[in-house]
Amino acid sequence: MPSPTLPAPLRGVSKQLNRTITQALGLTEAVTLRRTDPASVDTPLTAGPVLVIGQGGDADAVAHQLHDWHLDVRRNLAAPTQQRWGAVVVVLTDLEAPGEEAERVLALGATLRELARSARVVTLSRAVGDGDSPATAAARAGVSGLVRSLGKELRQGATANGIELAGEVAVTDPAALGTLRFLLSARSAFVDGQLLPVTGPGRAPQDWTRPLVGTVVVVTGAARGIGAETVRVLARDGAHVLGVDVPAAGEALAQVMNEVGGVALQLDITSPDAGERLLERVARGPFNGRLDVLVHNAGILRDKLLANMRPEQWEPVIAVNLAAQVAVTTAVAQAYPGLVQVSLASTSGIAGNRGQTNYGFSKAGVIGATQAWAAVLADGGGRANAVAPGFIETEMTASIPTMQREISRRVSSLGQGGKPVDVAEAVAFLASPQAGGINGAVLRVCGQNLVGR
Amino acid sequence: MTSTTPTPSTSSDADPVGPPATVRPSGTAVVVGGNRTPFAKAGGHFAGASNLDMLTTVLDGLVARLGLAGERIGEVRAGAVLNHSKDFNLAREAVLGTTLAPTTPAVTVQRACATSIEAAWDLANKITLGQISSGIAGGADSTSDAPIVVSERLRHTLLKLNRARTIPDRLKLVGQLRPADLAPVAPNVNEPRTGLSMGEHQALTNLQWQVTREAQDAVALASHTQLARAWEDGLFDDLVTPFRGLTRDAALRADTTAEALAKLRTVFGNDHPEPTMTAGNSTPLSDGAAAVLLASPAWAAEHGLPALARVVDAEAAAVDFVHGQEGLLMGGAYAVPRLLARQGLGLDDIDLVEIHEAFAGVVVATTAAWADETFCSEELGLPALGTLDTAKLNVAGSSLAAGHPFAATGARIVATLATLLARRKAALIADGGSPDTPVRGLISVCAAGGQAVAMLLEA
Repeated sequence: MPSPTLPAPLRGVSKQLNRTITQALGLTEAVTLRRTDPASVDTPLTAGPVLVIGQGGDADAVAHQLHDWHLDVRRNLAAPTQQRWGAVVVVLTDLEAPGEEAERVLALGATLRELARSARVVTLSRAVGDGDSPATAAARAGVSGLVRSLGKELRQGATANGIELAGEVAVTDPAALGTLRFLLSARSAFVDGQLLPVTGPGRAPQDWTRPLVGTVVVVTGAARGIGAETVRVLARDGAHVLGVDVPAAGEALAQVMNEVGGVALQLDITSPDAGERLLERVARGPFNGRLDVLVHNAGILRDKLLANMRPEQWEPVIAVNLAAQVAVTTAVAQAYPGLVQVSLASTSGIAGNRGQTNYGFSKAGVIGATQAWAAVLADGGGRANAVAPGFIETEMTASIPTMQREISRRVSSLGQGGKPVDVAEAVAFLASPQAGGINGAVLRVCGQNLVGR
Repeated sequence: MTSTTPTPSTSSDADPVGPPATVRPSGTAVVVGGNRTPFAKAGGHFAGASNLDMLTTVLDGLVARLGLAGERIGEVRAGAVLNHSKDFNLAREAVLGTTLAPTTPAVTVQRACATSIEAAWDLANKITLGQISSGIAGGADSTSDAPIVVSERLRHTLLKLNRARTIPDRLKLVGQLRPADLAPVAPNVNEPRTGLSMGEHQALTNLQWQVTREAQDAVALASHTQLARAWEDGLFDDLVTPFRGLTRDAALRADTTAEALAKLRTVFGNDHPEPTMTAGNSTPLSDGAAAVLLASPAWAAEHGLPALARVVDAEAAAVDFVHGQEGLLMGGAYAVPRLLARQGLGLDDIDLVEIHEAFAGVVVATTAAWADETFCSEELGLPALGTLDTAKLNVAGSSLAAGHPFAATGARIVATLATLLARRKAALIADGGSPDTPVRGLISVCAAGGQAVAMLLEA
């Protein structure tokens, strides 16, 4: 991606260089991804007709629902005339032994040259369960390898993702359909090579395009970057937002919150009474005591090689990114046991990153805390999930040295960095009622970065 | 819904059966919340910001804090002291730049340094009468973006030029101008009738009341240490929104000491035998804005917002400083005793006192006058108020440390004091005190032209 600040004559050179490197390394050429138009959310839902591959009740039910969403659904493998596939859904819920997948997978393969830009491939399969026979487990587990490899083969902004349904979840349950809808839509532009586990039924929203209508959502770190974009997407989806940031960021916070008709709370989440003050503000108008979702987005970076790390680089990162989250949720969950929590983790917390032992600790810690909260909050009807962004174009990542930044962009399957809105969309999805069947999961928004799962 | 808010006796409570179409005075106006910018030094962080920029921003900050986007407020009443002629409709223009409903009416007001406390008083009265149920009082002042005026001769010539019809007439007019006429006239806030600056006026008052350098420096030191503590305690998390990269009051010197203040050279009254006034015990020229939301208890309850304190009463005073009968900034020595006398209260009934620190000498001389039997009986015909316990005074700092953008100061004080009173009340109740015990706060803001406004709040 040539820098816009490059002098005009050099831009062509840079572009050619990029192309040469891309081809030599077998990387993906970056294209502009299809993203949600706030003026016409989920309309159209996909970039073209949707092919449902599979036979039997589950495939029929999925096709029926997609039809209800006014999609042009096809069951016939023949390519649509004058159009390319917007999405291909492969229903594999009935797999019981290796080999049963072959026909459907090869049928999928035959469609790949006819995919539209930013098309979607989504598999629907069963998660490996405790009582599975070795053959069934093998077939079910195999799907994840298929999805992750296919993600690396797709071009032109197309993505491959999968939904792994737990044994008791039907494909017609709101959580299964809601996750499918998210993965088909422009909302999941930078989600690639992911398998989302759906373990509960979830709840269908009144309005699929505004699933958060009537809810109150608290977002920390709301003044700028991913936090500000999260506020905007949540508000677009109907939420009433209380934005929290440190007092020093108050000016930007007030602007963001006024933009969406929300409320600004200047609060340092590491202060001992942070949870109490947050609850105090929620108790007042215009929220009047309602709180549905808590988004832990606030985070800081203090990169240093561990050999050079001083307490002032380690301690604040752990305090802000991890300890404050745990303390605030502890206070909030007492008052709202059915809380839905979405925390920002990071691929650095999954795969590690040089110079980020502190950040990596904090973000891996967030994933650990999320899994623990998932069990605690489930008792009250709530849940906890994490979103792990990969390389996202923000003020924070703009400070990374040029070469390193370029490499970080290029090593993803989509050949580019994500945008804050991509992370925001994932947060909003996990906050919504149709994601009710997802608990304790980590959703990566990384364009299928090479490292880690 | 109103049962959770302070409910003073109103005639409607006593007489529930009345003609339903009649709007009755609600009887009460309460302070709901406030917002201000940090105050910058002249020529500092806000040098590029106009009064309109700052007033708009401060209103938007209040909207964001209280969740009022799209809300129609009964009235926004605000102003500035240093006015550009282009800002003839300052308050309304500011409203149109905010996220408040564009159907929110606005009035531009000015009462020198008492501008926004005057605005708050006016709104409290309208709310009390039931004419409006919510209002925002505010003020903004930039000494950095002050209007520069051309000389009177140039101005008159330009006006005539505009009316002249022929080229020879125009050339004749231009020929009348002299180079000196082209020099701009620098802005100042000297008293037009005496030609003296406020500082020189205060130097005279200090002589009259024998105000010492030590007493003034003590007021300044307390202002800085108490404002610094309030910032550390997070008091301003809910009262201030950063602006243009400034996150705290620029004049604040948290580490200042009595020794450091004692070393400063004197800047006013230097032709007097023992000058006492320094840059340390006088307010710096400042830029900034402040706003405070007032409402009826019912409006506050409907919006789920707190009633921090109710506006009990207010009183203005003006003194004859032109003929030397009284010091320019001594209005508070008149307004406060008259206000307390009307309310049947003494200083002992007051929990917190806010005296605007135009100069440290104002605080010393005003409190000395309150305690002076001769002064109170001769000038006011009232008994003296007695000595003020300084532990009640400007407990979260005041203008010496915070700075003093003229029109913003009143709203700063009303919002801060109401918040402090509400916290005291909450602490009192938490300690098992009766919710009926009033916690009272008194404000005195002196202003140019020998004026002052005093206000009484109660939580």
